[in-house]
Amino acid sequence: MAAKTSASFADPFIRIAVSLFEDLSRQTIALLGILLASLLIVPWLVNDYLLTVLIVVLYFAFTGQAWNIMMGFAGQLSLGHAIYVGLGAYIAAVLFARFGIAPWIGFLAVIPVAAACGATIGFLAFRFRVAGVYFAILTIAFAEFARIGFDHLDYVNASAGLFLPVAQYARNDLWHLRGNPTMFYYVILAAAAFAFVVCRALLKSRIGYFWLAIREDEQAARAAGIDTFRYKMAAVMISAVVTSFAGVFYAFFYNNLFPEQVFNISRSIEIILGPIIGGIGTLFGPILGAFVLTGLAELLNAAMAAIGFDLPGAKQVFYGICLLLVVVALPEGVWPWLARRIGVSGRRQ
Amino acid sequence: MTALLSLERVSKRFRGLLAVDGVSFAVSAGDLFAIIGPNGAGKTTLFNMIAGAIVPDQGSINFAGEPIGGLPADAVCRRGIARTFQIVRPFPALTVEDNVIIGALLHIRDVGKARARAGDILRSLDLFEQRNRIAATLTLPDRKRLEVARALATEPRLLLLDEVMAGLRPTESDRMVAILRSLNRDNGLTIVLIEHVMRAVMALASNVLVLDHGIAIAQGKPEAIVRDSAVVQSYLGAEPV
Amino acid sequence: MPIDVYLNVAVAGILTGLVYGLMALGLSVIFGVVRVVNFAHGEMMSIAMYLTVLLFSGLHLDPLVMLVPIAAVLFVFGYALQAGLINPFISRPEHSQFLLLVALALIIVNALLILFGPDARTVQTSYAFDSFQWGALIVDATKLYAGAAAIIAAALLFAFFRFAPVGKAIRACADNYTGALVVGLDVKRLYALTFGIGAACVGAAGVMMTLIVDVTPMIGPAYTLLAFVIVITGGLGSMAGALLGGLLIGVTEALAGLLFTPSAKSMFAFAILVLVLLFRPQGILGKRSI
Repeated sequence: MAAKTSASFADPFIRIAVSLFEDLSRQTIALLGILLASLLIVPWLVNDYLLTVLIVVLYFAFTGQAWNIMMGFAGQLSLGHAIYVGLGAYIAAVLFARFGIAPWIGFLAVIPVAAACGATIGFLAFRFRVAGVYFAILTIAFAEFARIGFDHLDYVNASAGLFLPVAQYARNDLWHLRGNPTMFYYVILAAAAFAFVVCRALLKSRIGYFWLAIREDEQAARAAGIDTFRYKMAAVMISAVVTSFAGVFYAFFYNNLFPEQVFNISRSIEIILGPIIGGIGTLFGPILGAFVLTGLAELLNAAMAAIGFDLPGAKQVFYGICLLLVVVALPEGVWPWLARRIGVSGRRQ
Repeated sequence: MTALLSLERVSKRFRGLLAVDGVSFAVSAGDLFAIIGPNGAGKTTLFNMIAGAIVPDQGSINFAGEPIGGLPADAVCRRGIARTFQIVRPFPALTVEDNVIIGALLHIRDVGKARARAGDILRSLDLFEQRNRIAATLTLPDRKRLEVARALATEPRLLLLDEVMAGLRPTESDRMVAILRSLNRDNGLTIVLIEHVMRAVMALASNVLVLDHGIAIAQGKPEAIVRDSAVVQSYLGAEPV
Repeated sequence: MPIDVYLNVAVAGILTGLVYGLMALGLSVIFGVVRVVNFAHGEMMSIAMYLTVLLFSGLHLDPLVMLVPIAAVLFVFGYALQAGLINPFISRPEHSQFLLLVALALIIVNALLILFGPDARTVQTSYAFDSFQWGALIVDATKLYAGAAAIIAAALLFAFFRFAPVGKAIRACADNYTGALVVGLDVKRLYALTFGIGAACVGAAGVMMTLIVDVTPMIGPAYTLLAFVIVITGGLGSMAGALLGGLLIGVTEALAGLLFTPSAKSMFAFAILVLVLLFRPQGILGKRSI
C-alpha cells in the first residue's frame, strides 16, 4: 500500500477503510463512489415527492441489508422481520410521546429489547432444531403474535393507533428527528451507508467466515470446530438490532403507528423482496433490489395515474410478479447477473 | 504409556440394530491406526461417536485423559480431534483458500494470520496453485485433499479419516499415502483411518482393528491381521494381500 | 357461565374444526407426497370462497350444490400449477419453492383485492339462521351441514388413497420417489394429480367455509397460517393428524374466543404452534422423521 505517512489521528481509520475495500476491483470502487456522490447531491435536484420515494428506497436498502445478515450470511429464512421494526417503532415512539425522550436515546432502550426478541426466537429455533421452512413459519407466528398483542395493548392505544406529536419547527431538529424530508433523507442515507460498511466488515471478519461455513454446510462447519449455535444466535441478534433502528426511523418519519400495519406480514415480505430480487448473500444485492423494485413500482404508479386508474393492491401484485420472475428465472438475483454483464467482479462476497 | 485415544466397551444401537457392540481399543500418540472390516460393520458409526456426531449408548471414550463421549462435534474438534467425511464435504461455493481459512480460524483469531497459515497448509498438500478455485469445481482427489487440509488447519492432535482413499486411482492413492505418512512422521500427527483399500492399509498402518457386525474380531500388527483366519473368513477372502 | 354455553361453543368449534381439518388435509396431502410447502394454500381457498359468493349472488345456487363443481375448478388450477410451474422446481433448494408460492400468494390476495374490493361478502342461504336443538345443545344448521360435508369429503379422500389404484400409486411416490420412477410410474403426472387433489380439498373446504364466515381478501393469508398450524400440530404427512389437528384448533379457538376476546383467538393457535415446534415437532400423529 502507500508509504507510511507521519502518524496521525486518522491513520487507524484509514487503515480499516482501506482493508475493507482493498480487494474490490477498480470498477467496483468507482461504481461505489459514483453511487455515493449522486446520492449525496440528489436532494438539490428533485422535488419533495421524488425525495420521499428515495427515502423509501433507502429504507428498504437498509432493512434489506439487515435481513440479509440473517439469511444471506447465516442461512436462516425469516419471514417475520416486521416484529423488530414494530418493536423499535413502538418503543421509541412511546418514549418520545409520553416522556419526551429523544429517538437516539430511545434507540438505546430498543437495542436490548430487539436483541432479546431475536435471541428468544433464535434460542427456541436452534436449541430445538427448528430449521428451514419451519423456522420461517415460527418467525411468522411470532410477528403475528406481536401484531395481535399490540392490537389489544391499551398502553399504546391498541388498534386505534399511536400518534407522535408533530411540531411545526421552522428548522430541522436532528436530535428529535423532527423536520423536513431532506433531513430524513440524509439520516436514512447515513444509516444505509453505515449498514453497508458494517456488513462488509462483518463478512471479512472471523465471524463472517463462520457464517459462510454454517450457510454452506452446518454439519461440516461443526466438524471444523465452529459452535454453530452461538454464531447463528449472533446473526439473529445482530440482524434484529439493526432492523429495529429502521423501526425508530419509521415511527418518526410517518408519525403514526398501527399494529395492523407495522407488524403485518406484508411488511415482512416487503423487507425480503429487495434482497431476494437483488441477490441474497451479496453485498450489493439488497441495495440494487430496493432501487429496482421501488423504482419500477413508482413507474407503475405514475403510469396508472396518467391513465386514470386507481387500483389499491396493484403495487403488491406487481411485487408478487417480480418475485415470481426472479425466483423462476434469476434465482441468484439480479445483482450477480448484472455484475457479470458489466464486468464488475467483487471477490467472494 | 497412556494412550492418546482409548475406547472402552463402546456400544451403539439404532432401534433394532446393534451397530457397535462393546468395542474397545487404544491408540497411542504418533500411531497410524487403521480400522477395517466389511460394509455395515459399524466403522463409520464408531468414528461418528468419537467425533461427536453421535452419542454412544454405553462405554467410554477418552482423549488425552479426558472423557469426550457425548460431547458435540464442535467441542470435540476444539479438543484436538479433526475428521473428514466418507462422502467428501468441502464448503462447495467457497474457494479452496476460504475452506482452509475457516479451519484455521478456530485457533487463530486474526484473519490475515489465518490466511497465511492456510497458505502453508495448502502448499504442503499441493493445493496452493488452486487456492482461488471454487471448491465444487475441483476433481475428487483434490476435494479429498482439501478436506484433509481444512481438518489440518484446526491444529488437531488426532486426525480421523473416513475412507479417504475411496474413489482414488492407485497413483492418487499413493500420493495421499505419502502425504499422510509425512504428516505422521514429521509432525507427529496421530492418524486413525477407516479404509477398504488394503494397499494403503499395509503401507501406512502400524496397528489394525478389524470390525465385523459391530464386534472387534481382531486387533494387532497388519502382517498378523492379514493372516488371521477370522479376518480372512469375514472380510479379506482367501487370496493373500 | 353455564355449562351448556361451553358445550354449544365447543360443538360449534368441532364442526368448524372439521372444515379446518379438510382444508389442512389438502395441505398435508400436498406436502406428504410432493414435498412442496404450499404457502398459497389459504389463498387458493379464498379463490374458492369468492367463486362461491359470485355464483351464489349471480345464479342463486346453494353452496352445497356448488361444492363439486368448484372443487373441480380448483383441481384443475392445482394440477396446472404443479405441472406448469412447480414441477421444474423439484430439484431446487427448499426455500426457492417456498418463495415461489409466497409470490403466488401475494399475487392472488391482491388480485382478489383489486377484483372484489376490501369489503366483506357473505352468502345468505335460506337456512342461514336455522338451528337444530337437542336438549341443551343448539347447533347452527350452516355449521352442521358444513361439518357433515367435511366428514364425507374426508372419507372419500381416505377411501381414494386406500383403494383406488391411482391413490396407491400416489402413496408409492410419497414413500419412495426413485422407486416409483424405477417401477415406471409417471411421477410428474402423479404429482400434478396430487396437487390437484389437495387443491380440490381446499376448494371444497372453502365452499363450506362460506356458510360459516364472511369473505374478505385478507382471510387467505390467515387461513394459510392456520392450515400450517393444524398440519404441524397434527403431524406432517399424517392425514388423520390433519383432521385431528383441525378439530383441536377449532375447539381451542372457539373456547378461547369465549373466554377471552374473540379477536385474540388466533394468538392461541400460534401459541400451540410454538409449543408443538418445540416439544413435539413431528406433531401428535406424525412420524419421527423430522
